[in-house]
Amino acid sequence: MPIHEQNLIRPENIITNDELEIDGIDVSGHWSTFIESRVVTDYNEDIEDEIAALPGGANIHRCWQCGSCTNSCTVNEINPDFNPRFWIYLVRMGMEQELLRDKDIIWQCVSCNKCTYVCPRDVQPEGVMKALSHWLELKGHTPKSPSMHFDEEFSEQIFATGKIEESRIIRGFFRRTGQPLMQDWLLELVKRLIRHLPLKLLFTMGLANFVRPRTRNWSKAGAAIEEYVLERDLFKRKALGLGPESDDQGAAK
Amino acid sequence: MSDKNLKRVAYYPGCALEGTGHAYDRSTRALGKKLGLELVDVKDWNCCGAMEVKNIDPKIQTYLSSRVMSIASEDMGFDTVMAPCNGCYHNLKKAEYDLENDPENVAVTERLSKKAGHDAYKPGSIETIHALDWIKRSIGEDGIKERVKNSLKGIKVANYYGCMYTRPRHIFPEKDQGPGSESTLKPHFMDDLLQAAGAEIVDYPLKTACCGGAHTLSDSDTSTKLVTNLLEAADECGADVIATECPTCHSGLEMHQIRAETRFGKKTNSKIVYFTQLLGLALGLSARKVGIHENVSDSLKYFKEKGVA
Repeated sequence: MPIHEQNLIRPENIITNDELEIDGIDVSGHWSTFIESRVVTDYNEDIEDEIAALPGGANIHRCWQCGSCTNSCTVNEINPDFNPRFWIYLVRMGMEQELLRDKDIIWQCVSCNKCTYVCPRDVQPEGVMKALSHWLELKGHTPKSPSMHFDEEFSEQIFATGKIEESRIIRGFFRRTGQPLMQDWLLELVKRLIRHLPLKLLFTMGLANFVRPRTRNWSKAGAAIEEYVLERDLFKRKALGLGPESDDQGAAK
Repeated sequence: MSDKNLKRVAYYPGCALEGTGHAYDRSTRALGKKLGLELVDVKDWNCCGAMEVKNIDPKIQTYLSSRVMSIASEDMGFDTVMAPCNGCYHNLKKAEYDLENDPENVAVTERLSKKAGHDAYKPGSIETIHALDWIKRSIGEDGIKERVKNSLKGIKVANYYGCMYTRPRHIFPEKDQGPGSESTLKPHFMDDLLQAAGAEIVDYPLKTACCGGAHTLSDSDTSTKLVTNLLEAADECGADVIATECPTCHSGLEMHQIRAETRFGKKTNSKIVYFTQLLGLALGLSARKVGIHENVSDSLKYFKEKGVA
C-alpha cells in the first residue's frame, strides 16, 4: 500500500477487548479500543555512517526528503512498498528496526537511475539502495540476494578472464541460486532462436561453453583487481564493526 | 556537433555483441562498411564491468572501462572510441567523468593500471561515442536521405532508448546543449535517423523507461512486468516495430516477450529490431547481412511485405 494511504497506527498496535470492565463500567468491544503506546529507544546512531562508508552511500547525508526519488522510481510503480525516500529517512533517523521490516525488497532496485537523474541534492539514491542491500547482507540481516549472486558470478568471470560469456553466466547463476536450468521460457527462447540461426554461429556459441573467451595479457590486471577487492572487503567489514570474514558469527566486536 | 573526423574510429563491441547481441555487431559493421566508415577493433579489450561490477566496487568498474580507453588512445592513437552497447557506452562515459573529477578514482585506476602493466588512461585523451552519435555526426539525416534505396515507408516504429543512454545526466556533458544535441529527457537521435530513412515514427512515451535489464535473471518477474508494460504501450501506440540501440534491452525485450507469453499469457505483437538493422535495410543491405534471422522475434515476413527485405 502506498505510504500516504497507510494508517499511522499499525494494526498490531490497536487493541480491542471483547469483554472488559473498568471501574464497574462495561467497555467491551469497540469502547475498549486502545492504542498501544510506542516509544522508540533503540536508535542506531551508527547506521548512517555505516551506509556512507559503503560504495554508493557517500551522499546520503545530503537528502532533504523531497521524495523525488520515490516519485520517479521504476520499482515503486510495481510495488508501492519500495520507497527509497522513506528508507533514507529511516537510516538518517537511525530507526533500524523499522528499516528491517522492508529488508527483503531493498535489493530489488533495478539501477535505472531515474532517482539519481531527478534528485535535486545529488544524493544518488540508486547508489544508496545498493549500499543498503550490501549493508543488510554484511550485517547478516538477509541472506545474499539473487542480485548479489548474479553480480558475484559476473564479476568473478571478469576478474578471471577479462570477459564474460553469457551462457556460462546463466549456468553459474542458476547453480548458485539452486534453480533448475530447464526453465520453460528459456527452452522456448532457445527453440525460437535456433529456428533461424546459421550453423556456423550456433557452433561458435556452443564452442564458447568449452573454450572461455578471454582477454589477452589479462592475468596481471586480474590479479591486481583481486588484491584490491580483498583490501576493500576488509575496509568495509571494519567500517561496519565486523570481524574478518572467517568469523562465522559476523557479530560486532 | 563536433567536426571531428569520424570516418575512422576505434570500435569497442563489448561482451554482449559477441554473444546474444551478435546481430547488433553484424549490422553495425555492415552499416559502417556501406557508409564508408571504418571501424578498427580495440585490441585485447576487456569487459567494461556492465551493471554488475559496480555493485562489488564502483572503482573497479572505472578501472575496467579506463583500460579500454587507454588502449584505444595510448596504444592505438585514436581520439574517438565508438561503443554500440548502452552499457559499455555508459560505463566509458562514466569513467571519463569520474577520472576527470574524482581524485580517489584516479588513484585507484593509476594503481591498478601500473600493476597490470599498461599506461593509465589520461583524462580527456579520448571521447566515447554511441553508435547513434557515430551515424548522426558523420552521416546525419541528410546523408541518410541521399543514400536510401528501400524507404522504410509504412513501417511504424517505436524508438526505445533505455536507461543507460541518458542517465544520470552528469556523465553526458555533451547532451542537453540546445539544438542539434541529444536530449536526456526525450532522446531523438534514433527518431531522426529512422525518420530520414522513411520510417513512420510513433509517439512512444516510454523511450527511456526501464526494461529491468539489471535483474533479467535475478528478479525475472519484475523484469517481465516492466517489459510487458513497454511492449503493450508500443502496441497501443500503433507501432509494429520497436527499434533498440542496446543489446541488453534488446535481448531483455525478446526474452520477456516470450516469458510474458508462456508464464502470464500476455501476447504482444511488436517486432524487436536493432536500429542498425533498420538503417541497413533502408540502405539496401540484405536481411541476412544485417542479421534479421538472428533476432528472436520473427520480422522477416513483415519486412518482406513492406518491400524492404
